[in-house]
Amino acid sequence: MSNTDFLLALENVSVSFDGFKAVNGLNLYIDKGELRVIIGPNGAGKTTVLDLICGRTRVSEGSIKFKDQEISGRKEQDIVRLGIGRKFQTPTIYEDLTVFENLELSVPRGRNVLGALFWKRTSEVIERVREVAAMIFLEEHLDRPAETLSHGQKQWLEIGMLLIQDPELLMLDEPVAGMSVSERVKTAELLNEIIKNRSVIVIEHDMKFVRASPTG
Amino acid sequence: MPAVRTDSRTLELIGFALVAVTILLVLPLLLDIFRLNLVGKYLTYAFVAVGLVLCWGHTGILSLGQGVFFGLGGYCMAAFLKLEASSVANTKIQSTPGIPDFMDWNQITELPFFWVPFKSFSFTLIAVVAVPAIMAFILSVAMFKRRVGGVYFAIITQALAAVMTILIIGRQGYTGGINGITDLRTLLGWDIRPDSAKYVLYFVCCFLLLGTMFLARFVTLSKLGRILVAVRDKEDRVRFSGYDVANFKIFVFCLASAIAALGGAMFTLQVGFMSPSFVGIVPSIEMVIFCAVGGRHSLVGAVVGTLLVNWGKTLFSESFPELWLFAMGGLFIAVVLAFPRGLAGLVTDQLIPRLMSLGGFGRRAPSPAPAE
Repeated sequence: MSNTDFLLALENVSVSFDGFKAVNGLNLYIDKGELRVIIGPNGAGKTTVLDLICGRTRVSEGSIKFKDQEISGRKEQDIVRLGIGRKFQTPTIYEDLTVFENLELSVPRGRNVLGALFWKRTSEVIERVREVAAMIFLEEHLDRPAETLSHGQKQWLEIGMLLIQDPELLMLDEPVAGMSVSERVKTAELLNEIIKNRSVIVIEHDMKFVRASPTG
Repeated sequence: MPAVRTDSRTLELIGFALVAVTILLVLPLLLDIFRLNLVGKYLTYAFVAVGLVLCWGHTGILSLGQGVFFGLGGYCMAAFLKLEASSVANTKIQSTPGIPDFMDWNQITELPFFWVPFKSFSFTLIAVVAVPAIMAFILSVAMFKRRVGGVYFAIITQALAAVMTILIIGRQGYTGGINGITDLRTLLGWDIRPDSAKYVLYFVCCFLLLGTMFLARFVTLSKLGRILVAVRDKEDRVRFSGYDVANFKIFVFCLASAIAALGGAMFTLQVGFMSPSFVGIVPSIEMVIFCAVGGRHSLVGAVVGTLLVNWGKTLFSESFPELWLFAMGGLFIAVVLAFPRGLAGLVTDQLIPRLMSLGGFGRRAPSPAPAE
């Protein structure tokens, strides 16, 4: 298959679970710096597409290229290291750790066993954690155990954990699900902020939010 | 960093100090050498419990086969001691002098090749940790790289414990069979049987245990320790933060196994033999119970739990030998149902906050993380 200028290129991608085709011959191209919202009814295969891109589900057919590198079939952590971050539908954070520690673990360094064992919490790390915490409205809560956060704050925390990795492609699966109205507004603000300098794929079926988001 | 963390860190250090004072001063002053030697034996199980705190409490990997690693460490040490005890002079009545007695009884006439390196003490010291660690490595790579975890992993470790016991019993010419490796006498010419030697070995065991507790503390306080908790919480998120989760699980499982093996080696030295009855499923599960009773999230708790349960076991089984297993089972169920964080949880969540409020400290201790 030919190489392209696109950041991410899915060509002719299909996946079937026991004969059921969840995704069938999908072509999807994402530009550098583009914000793309994927909408569709439940069961349309939106989340499956994200699963395919980030390596959680294997493609049955077709190719996925990120920066002209084939990534289908690679391990999740390798795809992450290439620069793809993914937010899950339900807040997926480390409940037993504090907000600070959640963010610290997401700093993209010291990712092997020895690096983690002899990790130093440098002022640079602390600085970066604070910076991201301020973006996600959690700078006051750094020392709180993550389990005590509200649902919306947990969603922001997970977004923050991705931001701190500074991925080139960010994939958000229903970032406003279960949020209050004011939280939605703040999240839209946050999205506005984070789409700078990176490509973002958002899955959403809340049309109001889609309209309020920067593409609308 | 957070006040909460500082509190629990200090608390742990106080716990370490209390354990150290108890095992280094109080118990040696109170107990005669027979009882102290028993405590020394219990302390060797505490190594296993410390390992379990790391791999089960922190990472959520339940291993029901830690007896295998404890046993391998013990057998490595026993092999060296047995060879030393089987000098040609000591074994001249055998048909093949110079080999361990059980080999002679099984018509083996030459020392098997894998026994030969155990003539060297330095090799033995390395093997005590390396053999079980390699075994743990092979098992955990095979499992964790394929993302086998949870209950399935526990079952596999249990199967390993069963396999190991059968292997040891079945190959008695090479392993000493069901009797184990007995009649161990000297370590580099130093007789390990008299009371004076038992005192020395007891203190060596104490210091080693304290050393491993500090090592485990270092691991849990590092970023690696937080990654382990994160793996227990949300394995997928860790993976999608760019970590190779399997490597971290392999590391902690190997570390836990190596620590268990140290305990096994100290067991052999203090008790004077090693047998398959410390390798199989039942001892492996017992060790998990020690850890659970003390508190699987707490290093101090695991050590104290091991001592208390074993002390209870000795007291109870001296009077009602046939009831002990029921008592132990009941204890395990009670702990899991009533206080899943074990004795350590009772102390940190109940006792200390109450003492604090009694003492007029308005501040409440950190609220506990809920048990999963």
